[in-house]
Amino acid sequence: MGSLKLENIKKSFGKVDVLKGIDLDVKDGEFVVFVGPSGCGKSTLLRVIAGLEDATSGSVKIDGREVSAVPPANRGIAMVFQTYALYPHLSVRNNMGLGLKQAGAPADLIGKRIAAASSMLSLDPYLERRPAELSGGQRQRVAIGRAIVREPKLFLFDEPLSNLDAALRVNTRLEIAKLHRELKATMIYVTHDQVEAMTLADKIVVLNAGRIEQVGAPMQLYNSPANEFVAGFIGSPKMNFIEGARLGDSARTVGVRPEHISVSDQGGAWKGTVVHAEHLGADTNVYLETEQAGLITIRLFGEYRAEPGATLYATPDAGRTYRFDERGMAVR
Amino acid sequence: MSQARSSPARTIAAHAVLILYTVIALFPVLVIIVNSFKSRAAIFNSPLAPPTAKTFDLIGYTTVLSQGDFFAYFQNSLIVTVASLFFVLLFGAMAAFALSEYRFRGNTLMGLYLALGIMIPIRLGTVAILQLMVASGLVNTLTALILVYTAQGLPLSVFILSEFMKQVSDDLKNAGRIDGLSEYRIFFRLVLPLVRPAMATVAVFTMIPIWNDLWFPLILAPAENTKTITLGTQIFIGQFVTNWNAVLAALSLAILPVLVLYLIFSRQLIRGITSGAVK
Repeated sequence: MGSLKLENIKKSFGKVDVLKGIDLDVKDGEFVVFVGPSGCGKSTLLRVIAGLEDATSGSVKIDGREVSAVPPANRGIAMVFQTYALYPHLSVRNNMGLGLKQAGAPADLIGKRIAAASSMLSLDPYLERRPAELSGGQRQRVAIGRAIVREPKLFLFDEPLSNLDAALRVNTRLEIAKLHRELKATMIYVTHDQVEAMTLADKIVVLNAGRIEQVGAPMQLYNSPANEFVAGFIGSPKMNFIEGARLGDSARTVGVRPEHISVSDQGGAWKGTVVHAEHLGADTNVYLETEQAGLITIRLFGEYRAEPGATLYATPDAGRTYRFDERGMAVR
Repeated sequence: MSQARSSPARTIAAHAVLILYTVIALFPVLVIIVNSFKSRAAIFNSPLAPPTAKTFDLIGYTTVLSQGDFFAYFQNSLIVTVASLFFVLLFGAMAAFALSEYRFRGNTLMGLYLALGIMIPIRLGTVAILQLMVASGLVNTLTALILVYTAQGLPLSVFILSEFMKQVSDDLKNAGRIDGLSEYRIFFRLVLPLVRPAMATVAVFTMIPIWNDLWFPLILAPAENTKTITLGTQIFIGQFVTNWNAVLAALSLAILPVLVLYLIFSRQLIRGITSGAVK
C-alpha cells in the first residue's frame, strides 16, 4: 500500500537543470535513502515527490496513481523536516492532530491516533506543551509523531537528524529504524550523511548533479560501486584513488579502500613515510606519502603507533581493489 | 575587552548622549503641554515657566471643547488612521507574502514597482488625485482619505514585510501544505504571527504621518463633518489673531490617541527594529 514510481523526472529552475531525468521504483515497505553531496538535487527530488515543487516533466505515481496534479495534502504522504517545522502556536497534541482535523477525521479517531503515536515516541508528558518548551530532540520526535498520526502511504524525511547533536542523532536514528520495523511503512529519507544512509537503508540511491549514479543495498554499493563517484562517496575515510599508470595498471584509476591496506615496517608493495596519524581509539588513520602511489590513507583497526616521519610499507589487499576506466566507470 | 565595555565613563557618556537626545526630542512636546494649561498672558510672558497657581488656566481646553465639533474631528482622525492602518497592513502583508513566497515571472520587477512609492512623494500627484476623487464623487468623504493614505503607506509596508517574510522558514509553510492548510490559513495563522514585530514597526511608521497630515484633509475633505483633528485645529489660527490657548490645548489632546496606539505597538516595535528592521 505504499509503492512509488518515478518516471523521467526533470526539474529546472530557470536555466539551471536540477534534476536531469530520474527513474526510480520503490516497493511497498522499503526504506530508501537518497544520498549525495550538497546541491545534487536530493531535496528537490523529495519535494517533487511531496508535491511541494512541480516537476518540469515526468510522472510521479504513488500506489500506481498518477499524482502530478494532486496537492500535497491528498497524496497520502507525511513529511518530517530538518528544522522540525512545528506550528509554534499549537500544543504538541494539536500539532500532531492538525493534518487529520483538516482532512475532516472524527475527533475520537484523531485522539486515538495521537495516543498511539505519543506512546510509541514517549511523548505523553509533553502533549499539552508548546513547541517552544521542548528540546531539539523532543521537537523532532513530535515532528515524527505528526507524520505517524496521518498513517501515510509514504513517509518522507528531509535530513531529519541534521539539526540534532551527535548523541541525539544516534538515538533518533535508532528510533527511526525501530519505527520502520513496527509500522512496515514505505519511507524515503534524504541525507548527506553516509552513516545514516548505510545504517537505515534497505536501498540507497546515490545522486550526483541531478542524476542517479547507482541504486542498491548498502553492502552492494560498498562492495561493488558502479563508478568512481559512488566508490568515493560511500565509505569513510574516502577510498584512495591512484593513477593506473603509476602502478603499471591498464585501468585509468585504481581504487583501494583505506581499510583494505595492511602495513608493516619490514617490507611491502609500497614504501612511504608517515605524514600524519589520527588516533581514534577503535581505529587509527595513517596518512602515508608513498613513492609508488602518492599520498594514501590507511585505516588500521585498534591502536597503532605511527610517528610522523617513520618509514612504513603498505600492501593493498589484492582481491579488493577497484579499477575504473576513462569515463570513471568500474571495470570488472 | 569586557572591561572596556563596562567601564563607567563609557556608560555615563553613552547615557548622557541618549538623555540629551531625549530632552531635545521631548522639549517641544513638553512646551506645548505646559503652555496649554496657562493663561494667554503667561504664555507670552514666560513661555518656559511651568503653570503656577496664578497663571494656571483651562481656558484653552474649554474653548476647544465648546467651539467647533471637536469630538467629531477626533473621531474622523481616528477612523481615517485606524482604517488606513488596517488596509496598509493587510494589503502590504499580502503583497509581501506573494513576493517572498511565490516564484513568478516579473517578481523582482513587481517588487521594485511596489517599492517605488518610497522614493516618490504621493503629494506630487495631488492634482490628479483630486480630479479622480471629484470624478468618483468621493470629495469630502473619509473614504477618500483612507484610500489615499492606504496608497501612501503601502510601499514601505510591502518593502519591510517582504524582507521579513523571506526569513520565515519554508519548512513551516510546507508542513502546513502537507497538512492540508490553504494558502490563506498558512498566511494568516502561520506567517503573520511570526512577522508581528515587523507589522508593529510598519504600523508605527505608517500611523504617525497619517495622524499628523494636514495636506490631504485640507484638499480632499475640508467639509465640517469630515474634518480631521489637524484641520480642525486650524480654526484657531487666524490671519491676525491666533488663539494660542486653544491651539495648544487641541494639539495636546491630539497627542493622546497616537500615544496610546504607540504604546500598544511599542514592545513589538522594539523587537522589530532590533531584529534588523530593514536589512
